[in-house]
Amino acid sequence: MKVLKIIAWIALIAFVVIQLFPMDYNKSEAVPQTDFMLVNIVPATVEKSLQVSCYDCHSNNTKYPWYNKVQPVAWFLEDHIKEGKEELNFNEWANYSNRRKNSKLRSIIKQIENGEMPLDSYTLIHRDAIFSKEEKEAVLNYMKTLKDDLE
Amino acid sequence: MSTMALAATMILTVSCKDGNKEEAAAPMSNEMHQESMDDKDDMAMSDNQDAKAEAILNDYFNLKDALVSDDNGKAKELGNTLAKSLKAFDVSNYSDNEQTELKDIIEDATEHAEHIGESDIKHQREHFKTLSKDVTDMVAITGTDKKLYEQFCPMYNNNEGGAWLSMNEEIRNPYFGSQMLKCGKVQREIN
Repeated sequence: MKVLKIIAWIALIAFVVIQLFPMDYNKSEAVPQTDFMLVNIVPATVEKSLQVSCYDCHSNNTKYPWYNKVQPVAWFLEDHIKEGKEELNFNEWANYSNRRKNSKLRSIIKQIENGEMPLDSYTLIHRDAIFSKEEKEAVLNYMKTLKDDLE
Repeated sequence: MSTMALAATMILTVSCKDGNKEEAAAPMSNEMHQESMDDKDDMAMSDNQDAKAEAILNDYFNLKDALVSDDNGKAKELGNTLAKSLKAFDVSNYSDNEQTELKDIIEDATEHAEHIGESDIKHQREHFKTLSKDVTDMVAITGTDKKLYEQFCPMYNNNEGGAWLSMNEEIRNPYFGSQMLKCGKVQREIN
């Protein structure tokens, strides 16, 4: 019993200590001119879907709920956002060459079609990020027109 | 009997030597590259440039063969090898326009190669399609000593079709593998 108590204390102290590590928030007030929404004519419904379901990890600005500011959740999230932005950053859209856009669009379409995106670990908490059937169709159709225009 | 054994041993020795040579070739070409940089010998430099492009092509063909034989694990390995060769490609000896184009191609191809290094075979083949376009565009700039065949299978991805490069005229389909090994045709010859 005593051992358990010690372990609990250590865990508590560790939990408090990791809160003190500085966090690197993915926050940016300004939306750059190269943003997907600014260089494309995006239907309002599609824009909303993308903002809600994709922009947290695929842009320079994440909307953090409070629990995502608590460690170690924040670390887990930081990794995801970093990886997400490396793969695709909607804020940087106009900086991608046509070849890159084509590849990105291919991946976007495939991954949404296959239900790989948005990630399960994301929609688990962000229930509103799950695409309805209509939303999914609208996003896919729009991405496909963009891709066809490139070719 | 003993002569046959001797002959077999000789063949083995020879092929082993060849194997060693190939292994040794990679670091040597690096050294050569360094020397030619010092020499500022344009001819030698362009030769070396080709060697780098050839390395990418070789990796690409190995990867293609792994997909032809439905080998997911091998393709992962070779995808990563290709990604390394792509990253090692030095574009500095090309014209400004070519450099921009090549950098773009290489960035794109590297991403596809890396994804091939961590995906199941269906995904690998999807990435291979775009990768093939990248490599074809690269060859259009760098050129190659090899004779290549651009081949096309009209049935891939629900009849969307998919192209690839091969060193052999005979069709061996990387998109279907054993399922439809010979589906496709040569649509263009390079060199």
